[in-house]
Amino acid sequence: MTAAEPATDSAATAMPLSDSVLLRVSGITVRFGGIVALDSVSFDVRRGEIAGLIGPNGAGKTTLFNCLSRLYQWQQGSIEFDGSDLASAQRHRIAELGIGRTFQNLALFRTMSVRDNIMVGAHCRSRGGFLANSLRLPIVRREEPRVARHAAELIELLELESVAGLPAGELPFGTQKRVELGRALAATPSLLLLDEPAAGLNHGEVETFIRLIQHIHQELSLTILLVEHHMNLVMRVSDRVVVLDFGRKIADGTPDEVRQNSDVISAYLGKAD
Amino acid sequence: MDGMHVNKTRLIFIGMVVLAALLLPFVVGSYRVFQFNLVLVYAIVLLGLNMLTGYNGQISLGHGAFYAIGAYVAAILMDKLGVPYWATVPAAGAVCFVAGFLFGFPALRLHGHYLALATFALGISMPQILKYKGLEQWTGGVQGIVILKPQAPFGLNISQDHWLYLFTLFIALLMFWLAWNILRGRVGRAMVAIRDHPIAAEAMGINVGAVKTLTFGISALYAGVGGALGAIVVQFVAPDSFVALVSISLLIGIVIGGLASISGVIYGAIFIQFVPNIADEISKAAPWAVYGLFLLAFVFLAPKGVAGLVQLLWGKAEASWKRVRAQKATLQS
Repeated sequence: MTAAEPATDSAATAMPLSDSVLLRVSGITVRFGGIVALDSVSFDVRRGEIAGLIGPNGAGKTTLFNCLSRLYQWQQGSIEFDGSDLASAQRHRIAELGIGRTFQNLALFRTMSVRDNIMVGAHCRSRGGFLANSLRLPIVRREEPRVARHAAELIELLELESVAGLPAGELPFGTQKRVELGRALAATPSLLLLDEPAAGLNHGEVETFIRLIQHIHQELSLTILLVEHHMNLVMRVSDRVVVLDFGRKIADGTPDEVRQNSDVISAYLGKAD
Repeated sequence: MDGMHVNKTRLIFIGMVVLAALLLPFVVGSYRVFQFNLVLVYAIVLLGLNMLTGYNGQISLGHGAFYAIGAYVAAILMDKLGVPYWATVPAAGAVCFVAGFLFGFPALRLHGHYLALATFALGISMPQILKYKGLEQWTGGVQGIVILKPQAPFGLNISQDHWLYLFTLFIALLMFWLAWNILRGRVGRAMVAIRDHPIAAEAMGINVGAVKTLTFGISALYAGVGGALGAIVVQFVAPDSFVALVSISLLIGIVIGGLASISGVIYGAIFIQFVPNIADEISKAAPWAVYGLFLLAFVFLAPKGVAGLVQLLWGKAEASWKRVRAQKATLQS
């Protein structure tokens, strides 16, 4: 896709979904009452890349994320993920399809331990319902240790060993962010959505977080789409950046291309009339 | 889940409690056996309610209704159809599971106080439903149904009360084992996750509606099993045994015992069985005022329930024991 193509260009939507495209957002429009939160937004996320989604407050970034989680219903357009139409997927099937996410204002299970939070993340990758669990059938006896081992690996990866048994709600903000990341990774997603992962972190924590994202991106061969206000972080980790403003896409390209885009500059700094 | 892990000391402790419960009827009088039998019955009902309210976060002020349905299913099956007492227990559980599961659907749309009111509507209307003329040939109307106390089987040389107690204890242990299995695994984590953050739970792939309605069903199943056993123990069911106060007492039981705690339901069951009696002995004129004082005392002294208090004291005892051992070790070296 070329740099800074106009948002209204819908040529991309007509192309068949190639193997290299994991997520295709085509002409998504979301209206709340009279307010247009997203106005025909289209972009692709290719397999293996880290894509950044930026824009001023109220640009529609979180709205878009909530569409990808099926929390919001869109009025027009389509979202294709890994060859299937997201509109036909139920909300609790999204994780199973391979889309994992973190939340802007933390959405941990506060009373549960860090370990249990991460084990809940593996819910869609494990089996055993009420009957199998109540009788502790062999399947449960196989699944539980497997899920626990995977959680232990993630706890080690995210350096959460010392707090693994503590209730997640009692931990410092930065630690809770890592727990949320671990919970999302437990579902072995192919696409990881990170909603402002650096918000509320101090400078040192942001540096650690950048290294962490780069590390898991390589280690787990993930595709990542991140919404972020922290410009430095986005520009450093992203292969490609999509810019939204007032619900419309105003730019789409490499960090360098986006940085020099006049629409982006005026959206962030205001127009010099 | 954490806290659900059973280490060696805990296992020994649980074994001792079970042994004490087994021996209890042989060292106390027959009225006490009857009372402790009811403690076991309430513990089963509270366990189900705690799964629903404590673990899954769905409040119920109407569990007395499921308790009543279980009791009536047992009484009707025994009295009208000649079904053996032991077979009525699973039957009552099954009927209540279906009833609870169905009630769970409208409950999906209600939260917090509104769910409390909806369930309370069920609890408060149950006595009059049971008195309904159209059902009288089955329910016995206001008179209720008297049922016979079962004999000990296999020519066991123990009294009917003792046998019934051991039978209830066996069922209670089974129900505790099943609940522990549910709560410590994948489903239990899903239940708590829904209570803590339903949106995130759904994003993690949990089918929130299915888990909530099934939890409602299981919870009602526990109330039904307890109701059937209660009917057999008391040998009598009547509409006025299932007034709305029963539902409120059950909620009191899980809060006093400890929300989201398995062991807590035992303390809660002891509370709802014995505290009204003690209050009555203290003041014949105002037993409920005394009961109220007990409630306040528990709420202030054990804000996380008796189970929370026990855990706190246990932790302190363990810590000081470790300190003493460490001191001894340094003295010796």
